[in-house]
Amino acid sequence: MASKARKAPYKFSRKRINMNTNIILSGVGGQGILSIAAVIGKAALNNDLYIKQSEVHGMSQRGGDVQSNLRISDSPIYSDLIPLKGADLILSLEPMEALRYLPFLKEDGWIVTSSVNFVNIPDYPNAEEIINEIKKHKNHVLIDVEALAKQAGSLRTANMVLLGAALPYLGLPKEYIEQGVKDLFASKGEDIVNLNLKALNIVRS
Amino acid sequence: MKILLLADEAIAQGALDGGLSAVYAYPGTPSTEITEYIQKVGTGIHSRWSTNEKTAMEEAVGMSFVGKRSMVCMKHVGMNVAADAFMNMAVTGVNGGILVVAADDPSMHSSQNEQDSRYYGKFALIPVLEPSNQQEAYDMAYEGLELSEKLGRPVMLRITTRLAHSRSSITRREPKPQNALKFPSIERQFILLPANAKKRYADLLASQALYKESSENSAYNQYIDADNKKLGIIACGISYNYLMENYPEGCPYPILKIGQYPLPPKQVFKLLEECEEILVLEEGYPLIEELVKGYTSKGLKIHGRLDGTLNRQGELNPDLVAKALGLKTEFNTTIPEIVKMRPPALCMGCGHRDMYEALNAVMEEYPNGKVFSDIGCYTLGALPPFKAIDSCLDMGASITMAKGAADGGLFPSVSVIGDSTFTHSGMTGLLDAVNENTNITVIISDNETTAMTGGQDSAGTGKLEAICAGLGVKPEHIRVLVPLKKNFEEMKQVIREEIEYNGVSVIIPRRECLQTLKRKKKQ
Repeated sequence: MASKARKAPYKFSRKRINMNTNIILSGVGGQGILSIAAVIGKAALNNDLYIKQSEVHGMSQRGGDVQSNLRISDSPIYSDLIPLKGADLILSLEPMEALRYLPFLKEDGWIVTSSVNFVNIPDYPNAEEIINEIKKHKNHVLIDVEALAKQAGSLRTANMVLLGAALPYLGLPKEYIEQGVKDLFASKGEDIVNLNLKALNIVRS
Repeated sequence: MKILLLADEAIAQGALDGGLSAVYAYPGTPSTEITEYIQKVGTGIHSRWSTNEKTAMEEAVGMSFVGKRSMVCMKHVGMNVAADAFMNMAVTGVNGGILVVAADDPSMHSSQNEQDSRYYGKFALIPVLEPSNQQEAYDMAYEGLELSEKLGRPVMLRITTRLAHSRSSITRREPKPQNALKFPSIERQFILLPANAKKRYADLLASQALYKESSENSAYNQYIDADNKKLGIIACGISYNYLMENYPEGCPYPILKIGQYPLPPKQVFKLLEECEEILVLEEGYPLIEELVKGYTSKGLKIHGRLDGTLNRQGELNPDLVAKALGLKTEFNTTIPEIVKMRPPALCMGCGHRDMYEALNAVMEEYPNGKVFSDIGCYTLGALPPFKAIDSCLDMGASITMAKGAADGGLFPSVSVIGDSTFTHSGMTGLLDAVNENTNITVIISDNETTAMTGGQDSAGTGKLEAICAGLGVKPEHIRVLVPLKKNFEEMKQVIREEIEYNGVSVIIPRRECLQTLKRKKKQ
């Protein structure tokens, strides 16, 4: 199912964390990459970290390719956009969309992507070739988020499954992210919170 | 306490905390979220959408007339629609403060052009604020309303897409109360009869020195000195971030960071005198680059978008700025060939799709016909598989272009326009056609919302037939359809009949937008 996750690139101390992570979130308009960004954003804000998160609104949201640049740091961040070869992580809800942002990934950066193809164009490439292209990059995690989301209890938790798979590469302790999930879904009731926490942790378990 | 906001939302919160009484706006990317935020959190604040940017601008002037603070928000091309009111309210000046937010879209992520609204500010001779980050966006909205009142003129706040749609944490300030009702103290301030307009315009011209002074003392214009004078950098708005991204340890060259226009002359002269060459970083057109060239007569090299140091077209980013500074860049990396373009498309099941399928089928019978279209989701009908339209110019132009083409001898001359675009700017053109009984067929593809920008209320919902009839379209040639697969033959028949009618026909295929329907079901 998933390529085995390697060692986490960051170490955490309980009190003050030193970190600086640049993430490109990608997918297809309507897939909901922004709720992933919202969880990480809450986690960063709760813990007094600096954050910048640029989003795509407007025309592309109608089934086009969409991305969000998410930057979290213990020190002030200038640019809202990540420079070329500046991303530590590409977190993608669609495998071809993960590849679109490769020029932005550091040599030793990670690709964490859903393996489920979203086919809404006539010339969508061969699925296996996409997977092979992703595998050319040493640091990758391919994951069938839909199968795991169903296992967690709802297809709608696919985003949280993917976020869970990326936990080792965010530069943030897992507890921060869990709190972010709780905050984001709090208004929807305890059941929804628990469902999403289950999805977040399903890759680990 | 810090809150995480888009710059658009930060502007909304800043204005709310700055004593706002009303926001007037028509939706347009990347400005829409400002008004949506106020609709969500502003209590006792007018925030309903206006029919277009011009009505919005004028409504704000009315609010100002009675002494209260208002904000007008639009995308850059909306400024063209509102320009008549905008240029003249710079002459009348304000009573209650007015902040005009113009959200530019360099790189045309969701627009037909990348015009630079700072020119409008300069054209109208009023101060312009341009934030570099979300906190400044908040602060400028908060202070901008008061600045407008203090100077007695509207103030423009100009942002670009990247900032508008980027989140960061901001700190709020002490909320101010709204102004009480108060009439203008200047006699005949708002009556622009020539004799009085001359006085008001003279006053505007005389105020220019004051605006320069205000820029000179503005906290948003900063001269940041450094040792290496080989280069001096003028960094406007968000481009300051791209500059600093390249120098995390500090920039070796002096920087003039600009956040308020007109330019502060003393600080510009200081930079020009002290540095050997100048680099101008600005989003949009080379406005400041051209101006600064005029500041110097000694052949000082000014680099920027005009001499090719930076791209003339499109937005800036950290990499383009790195290249301009002669720093190492990573432009040699490419996207794998396997990756295909994924353009936006009409949603599966969308009523526009059924409308285009029927229209295309009928137009096949008329190889000499043309279809003029407009601004909205249905503009995507230009792309495969439909390839159904021949034009997209500006809001409302589908009807007027169809009329002009019909005047020139085209048959059939068909217009496709959305419901919100029709009430925005299509109605007046339809009256032109009615008055001459021009042989055109207008399809108002009605999804009962302003869909492209995310489903805002549409001004004409429930009123379209009455509007068309009121403008003089004959009731028997106002045809309402339900765009569904099962009605394909009926739709074709009606379109054919109305094309064959020699005069103005309006066909209204009406079915609610799937996105708004989905949202309603969730609630």
